[in-house]
Amino acid sequence: MKLTGGQIVCESLIKEGVEVIFGIPGGAILPLYQDLPRYPQLRHILMRHEQGAAHAADGYARTTGKVGVAFGTSGPGATNLVTGIAAAQMDSVPTVFITGQVARAAIGKDAFQETDVTGITLPITKHNYLVMNASEVAETIKEAFYIASTGRPGPVLVDIPKDVFTEEAEFSYPESVNLPSYHLPQEADPREIQAAARLIKEARKPLILAGHGVVISRAFEELMQLAEKAQIPVITTLLGISSFPEDHPLSVGMPGMHGMAHASLAIDEADLLLGLGMRFDDRITGDLNSFAPNAKIIHAEVDPSEVHKNVRATAPLIGDLKKTLRKLIPVVEPKSHEEWSQRIAELRMEHPLMRPRTGGALLPQYVMQALSKATNGNAVIVTGVGQHQMWAAQHYTFTQQNSWVTSGGLGAMGFEVPAALGAQVGRPGSVVWSVAGDGGFQMTMSELATLAENNIPVKFAIMNNGYLGMVRQWQDIFYEKSYVATHYTHNPDFVKLAHAFGIHGDRVTKEEEALPAIRAAMEHPGPALIDFVVAEEENVYPMIPAGGAVAELMEEPV
Amino acid sequence: MPLNESTIVAMVRDRPGVLNRISSMFRRRNFNIVSLAVGQSEQPGMSRMAFVVNGDDATVEQVIKQLRKLIDVASVSLIQEDTMISRELALIRVNGTASTRGEISQIVDIYRAHIVDIAPDSLIVEVTGDEDKVQSLKNLLNTFGITEMIRTGRVAMVRGMAHVHSNNSGNPANRAA
Repeated sequence: MKLTGGQIVCESLIKEGVEVIFGIPGGAILPLYQDLPRYPQLRHILMRHEQGAAHAADGYARTTGKVGVAFGTSGPGATNLVTGIAAAQMDSVPTVFITGQVARAAIGKDAFQETDVTGITLPITKHNYLVMNASEVAETIKEAFYIASTGRPGPVLVDIPKDVFTEEAEFSYPESVNLPSYHLPQEADPREIQAAARLIKEARKPLILAGHGVVISRAFEELMQLAEKAQIPVITTLLGISSFPEDHPLSVGMPGMHGMAHASLAIDEADLLLGLGMRFDDRITGDLNSFAPNAKIIHAEVDPSEVHKNVRATAPLIGDLKKTLRKLIPVVEPKSHEEWSQRIAELRMEHPLMRPRTGGALLPQYVMQALSKATNGNAVIVTGVGQHQMWAAQHYTFTQQNSWVTSGGLGAMGFEVPAALGAQVGRPGSVVWSVAGDGGFQMTMSELATLAENNIPVKFAIMNNGYLGMVRQWQDIFYEKSYVATHYTHNPDFVKLAHAFGIHGDRVTKEEEALPAIRAAMEHPGPALIDFVVAEEENVYPMIPAGGAVAELMEEPV
Repeated sequence: MPLNESTIVAMVRDRPGVLNRISSMFRRRNFNIVSLAVGQSEQPGMSRMAFVVNGDDATVEQVIKQLRKLIDVASVSLIQEDTMISRELALIRVNGTASTRGEISQIVDIYRAHIVDIAPDSLIVEVTGDEDKVQSLKNLLNTFGITEMIRTGRVAMVRGMAHVHSNNSGNPANRAA
């Protein structure tokens, strides 16, 4: 069957089970867009900015486990995607980006809206392609989805010149990929599994560090079984949040720069760490020389290059986490660690996350607790980066599997608006709250129009402190309160703004208004926004300075 | 850990941009390449690349793992010094007139190098060997004045039966694998 390149793209996407595409058309990708009406099974959501399209595809992929897809045109369309692509790369999110390119004859001539997109995205994609013939489109898309979704997932970009979309070629979708140079994960070495089981048997103070890999490989049950069988307390990394229910007695919380003090102190005392689907990132380890000084390390990870990269593992378990845990669990002996659990409980008592305070301005921590209460810990929470992100991570009690979407590795402000849109599209039946900072929100708030247009009922909780809060906090602590370029002296009226976009808007300035406002927003059938006017100079504690040791941990000042 | 030079050989798909992918990864990860040589291999559609990398064992292990992660890289191996045959080729343009040519020619003979071009005031020397030999000849020719030099970088193979495999044990990269 002869089809145009654009039709082949659409047919291939359907073969890959794609249902939703986030994107914006433009000159070079127009022929592909003009083919879309023939394929009503492909729902296209017209975004307001390509960054939004990329983050939406990311949020969709994280909540569904499917590959997220975004379209952009050549030049600025593609460069606008870049932040979203980098975010997907850093957080290992399976995504496929299709960009239009100038016609083949114009490539390299500095043509209108030409950029070297494969060049630009080379270091921030798992792989990318420039497709120079319509006859190669189907095979390339097959490979792109395969690479994006297997092993350690990540973004793949496919750049297609305008005249390849219109060129005709014979279409047949390949059954399988022929990629002998692509290395799929190995199975964990049985000797290392035995070694790990022995280490667990010998350990007196073991800790699990559960990361994003648990969520990506859907190893929730396996994590639970391992933790319960050997009674190992579970720390969840920032991206590992919602891999283990936080109301479980073995749940310890989050470690690291803004983690709970008792979690960081427990790592300091632990004699065994089980890093499961995580990469010992600098925000967790701080100073590598003083990280977990007493601990041996079992590192279960799908990407061999992450093993021994930052810390040396005693027992490396390289392979898909779910499969690894399924092999490990039967050889682990049942144990109890009452003394150790007691010790962690003691640390938790000695180092409360927050001292009770009365009076004064509305506290963002309180808003998070109210949100947690109003949603029973069952909502999907989406954040950008900064103080609001840390408060959500610390104070929302996550009880649902895979209910946390955050820009971890890249730390992209503005992620929270479009990623929440994508998350809601992926989980139409769930309550999705975007917890935003006033800074990040203003970077991508144009997507409120997309939400209103498509009646996608995301709820927004803006932690409005009039500052780029985390940067201000660093200025407070490390630069003697010299608040350079972090104060927004003239923020828009977010409630009026919501109304301008045609969505529900409300403002909360006092504690007692929070719960009723949150409930009203959830009862509202469409998108809704609450402007929480919170304490301007509230800091996130605890805090371990960048590259610091646990000994440098700062707690909330009295 | 001590810094040393390690020789890594990779089989890569012969595709547009593959060199860019590899060099971009080296740059991004702040790996220090001393030399890089690339050319056709015995397998159609595949090129073989040889890298000389400067770094401690952990760095070399990361280089190998990061290379292996690239979709176009089929296999990577670290070549152990004691089993390695390595060569590089250099072309050296050196000042030489009728009065000095004889002396240069003697030096070139001792090094089993060749004079491949002669002009009234200069000549081009071609030398093949390991880096030490090339370096040593270069130092000697320096006294006549070198005006231009180009070196290929190291190419390497494993001796005899100890063939290049991507998974030979003893590689730092395989301590984990």
